[in-house]
Amino acid sequence: MRGPLIRGNGWKWLLCAPALTVLLLAASGPLLIVLVYSFLSPGNMGGVVWEFSTEGWFRVFFRRDIFEPDLVTLNHAHLTVFWRSIWLSFQTTLICALLGFPTAWFIATRPPNTRTVWLFLITIPFWTNLLIRTFAIQEVIRNNGTINTVLLRLGVIDSPIQMMFTDFAVLLGMAYVFLPLMVLPLYAAMDKMDFRLVEAGYDLYASRLMVLWHVILPQVKPGFIAGSILVFIPAIGAYVTPRVLGGGRTMMLGNLIALQFGQGRNWPLGAALAMLMLIVVVGALIVYLRALGRMEGERRG
Amino acid sequence: MAEKSYSVRRIPGFGAVAVFTFAMLYLPIVILVLFSFNAGPSQSVWEGFSLHWYEAAFQNRQVRDVSIRSLWLAATAASIATVLATLAALGTTRGGRFPGQTIIYALINQPLMVPEIVTGIALLIFVAAIKVQTGYTGMGYLVMAHTAFCIPFAYLPIRARLETLDAALESAAADLYASPVQAFVHITLPLLVPGIVAGFMLGFVISLDTVVITEFVKSAGQDTLPTYMLGQLRRTVTPEMNAIATLFLALSLLIVTAFFLVTRTRGR
Repeated sequence: MRGPLIRGNGWKWLLCAPALTVLLLAASGPLLIVLVYSFLSPGNMGGVVWEFSTEGWFRVFFRRDIFEPDLVTLNHAHLTVFWRSIWLSFQTTLICALLGFPTAWFIATRPPNTRTVWLFLITIPFWTNLLIRTFAIQEVIRNNGTINTVLLRLGVIDSPIQMMFTDFAVLLGMAYVFLPLMVLPLYAAMDKMDFRLVEAGYDLYASRLMVLWHVILPQVKPGFIAGSILVFIPAIGAYVTPRVLGGGRTMMLGNLIALQFGQGRNWPLGAALAMLMLIVVVGALIVYLRALGRMEGERRG
Repeated sequence: MAEKSYSVRRIPGFGAVAVFTFAMLYLPIVILVLFSFNAGPSQSVWEGFSLHWYEAAFQNRQVRDVSIRSLWLAATAASIATVLATLAALGTTRGGRFPGQTIIYALINQPLMVPEIVTGIALLIFVAAIKVQTGYTGMGYLVMAHTAFCIPFAYLPIRARLETLDAALESAAADLYASPVQAFVHITLPLLVPGIVAGFMLGFVISLDTVVITEFVKSAGQDTLPTYMLGQLRRTVTPEMNAIATLFLALSLLIVTAFFLVTRTRGR
């Protein structure tokens, strides 16, 4: 602290330099290359040709007729994937909020010594492998999986319910995988909550619903917003869950991007799609930060 | 009073939803683990206890190879990331705010905010270009990618620990004519050890968990355990996969528990 090796702030940069080099080389730098590639022409066998082109971005939303290149229509296949991504991510967030709020409340109202245990139970799935958890869900819902086997044995159904490779499977998988991300910030908000206000609400003859709506919810709102962002962003970026649980017809944006670097082989289009995903994610983050700033302002004002 | 505060905290139905949530979180995993011990080839019809599938997993050469590669990669990437993150944490927490700090924070946290699939294809493009230029197809790319991805996770607990350390201790060392390096080695580093251990463990778990980035960066024959599993899941799987998943799960659980124990001693 006192008497650093190098005067001024240079030593701080020096200490950060190795980490920043790796990050620039293997995280931020490649992102810039993606941006550049989205404005190039596709090569024949994947890769790119170094010619400027906006065709990649054009194809994100539109398609040209094979025989008449001037005939332009909306690319409905892509729009369907965008819509499914946003809609499934929104539903995932909603399910996580509906299950997460009571769960976080349950944990926050336990006695302090058992609270740690419950919290630990929520954190474990968060740190265990996402692929394994997706595999676990697959085991439960596949045609000869747990649910179908039990229902068949009980005679409730005659033939297995097809759950795998549907939007439902993807939704269930994502809600399952991302739920802890909603519970943790909600719990953090409830932990800081002033329970005397809740008591005051009841003392003034407010019903449970009124207390919930007017006293509790405003106080845990920051947790809700943080949780929603934490669930929504990885849901929009999901790749593994829809790949394993969904089929070719339940693709999400992440799978569409990957396709352009595999069999589809249109790298500029893939790069443009990846940039689009990044724009959506950054947009969501900005909305979050603004909401946070507004709440800070309200608290001060 | 005690009775009253209890009723104030109770909202009817919430307990039931919470129980449902915990059941939903754990039942699939319990079923997965249970059927790894199944004698038969089914993952839903119990045919008796057996360690047969664990034996099969251990004798499966490919599984052994990818497991060793995963552990090696996680250990290497987490070690490098922890060293780099420790240096960066020292640079960003000591001596007050400075211009450019926001940029450093943004760069360090960037892998957390960008979806893995975007980072994955970005690295695919980048690595493809380097491969054409240099012809190198070794593990270096994976180590680099995993290290970058582990840095923000390793950085978090180390910075948190540094912030709770009493800066007066370092000042005292400086007053007693310790050089900055001496002060670091004798005062800061020993106190920082729990943070560094936690950072390493977090980085290790994250590297083990990473599947998307590996999938796009790996060259032929560089499958890790997660990418191997991802490839197998599309086929008809036997409880051998459950056995592999269970072992993997046990390892993660062990590290996470250790992480909690290490970080809990923070206040003392």
